[in-house]
Amino acid sequence: MSETLPFRPYAPGSQPALDTPAYVGTRLRHPKQAPVKIAQSITELSGPRFSPTAFAPLADMTRGAQGAAIGERIIIAGRITDEDGRPVPHSMIEIWQANAAGRYDHPNDSHDAPLDPNFHGAGRVFSDAEGNWQVLTIKPGAYPWPNHVNAWRPNHVHFSLFGPAFATRLVTQMYFPGDPLLEYDPVFNGIPDAAARNRLIAAFDPQITRPDFALGYRFDIVLRGRGATPMEA
Amino acid sequence: MPIATASQTIGPYWHLLEDESWADLTRLGAAAAHPDRRPIVLSGVLRDGAGDPFPDACVELWQADPPASDAFPGFGRSRTDRDGRYRFRTLMPQPVPAAGAPGTNALQAPHLALAILSRGLMHALHTRVYFAGQALNEADPVLSAIAPARRGTLIATPLGAHDGADGWQLDLRLQGGDETVFLEF
Repeated sequence: MSETLPFRPYAPGSQPALDTPAYVGTRLRHPKQAPVKIAQSITELSGPRFSPTAFAPLADMTRGAQGAAIGERIIIAGRITDEDGRPVPHSMIEIWQANAAGRYDHPNDSHDAPLDPNFHGAGRVFSDAEGNWQVLTIKPGAYPWPNHVNAWRPNHVHFSLFGPAFATRLVTQMYFPGDPLLEYDPVFNGIPDAAARNRLIAAFDPQITRPDFALGYRFDIVLRGRGATPMEA
Repeated sequence: MPIATASQTIGPYWHLLEDESWADLTRLGAAAAHPDRRPIVLSGVLRDGAGDPFPDACVELWQADPPASDAFPGFGRSRTDRDGRYRFRTLMPQPVPAAGAPGTNALQAPHLALAILSRGLMHALHTRVYFAGQALNEADPVLSAIAPARRGTLIATPLGAHDGADGWQLDLRLQGGDETVFLEF
């Protein structure tokens, strides 16, 4: 039935190009040949299922073995829907990020900023029946990267989503409102459409903010919708 | 009407969410659940436009057959190692129905779907793995949509049996002369 309807193509300009010269890392990694368009079959229309029983949620990233992580506690909450506004329920979200000092707990991160023994920086949450989810974490710091002289990544949190099918897989990054680094960031600016770009910026939300505890940000995520527009084969 | 959220690169630090056991799709008891299926080990080297292997990619595998269950997740994730090599252990898939063909007997040749995510990739690259020698390859609708000279970039070659599994190899080239065919759907 509806599970066999193909997903619509992405809206023009809403997705970044693989060939984004300002992001130096794309130069040798983007294919030169155009992709071959294929019709969606069971391979693309089905996808993995993750249950919280088998994949334990970690919705509080601020607690380490020896105590609380250093930094500004924040709550990030949002809703996953599809392009028709329908909730995407019971779907796994993977989250990872740098610590408050802008350092990842990762062997390849050589930035001269301190690690926090109480902050690993990986979380996992599931959307509920209405598509709602939330995570408690630490606001990540900005950090330098070798893309160009004096390049700094804006504060960001990485998100990985699956949705109902392999065709809805999404890996993205969430940014923070008012960050002066956004206008200089080739990853963020690699999305051609300004409105699509700005939807990656979370909104400060007093309703999510918990008194005397943590600021709250809203980050809603939209996955591809089905049908309506005929699939180009 | 909302439109789908933009992709961003997975970056170089995605291993924070890695569980290396996910690269073995047979870890949950697949052999007992599917005694008729051959275990396979699929591996290959991922290279960039300069021909250099890249060691920090996330390669994800999805297969619609055998159907996912508690004993077989259907999904796997492998890092590329220092030599740029990814490696999965899974079960050989059987043919599945072709797209848009309900009520017909049109089939796709046995295949796996791969998604490549890495630093320097603004969104996932999708491709498929087919298996050399499968009779259905000749009539497969996806392989047939690809220029004959480039079809081979999707067809894994046998490496022989080892450790109870049939070995298959498919190298992936993101850019350059023998560039892998990537799919859009």
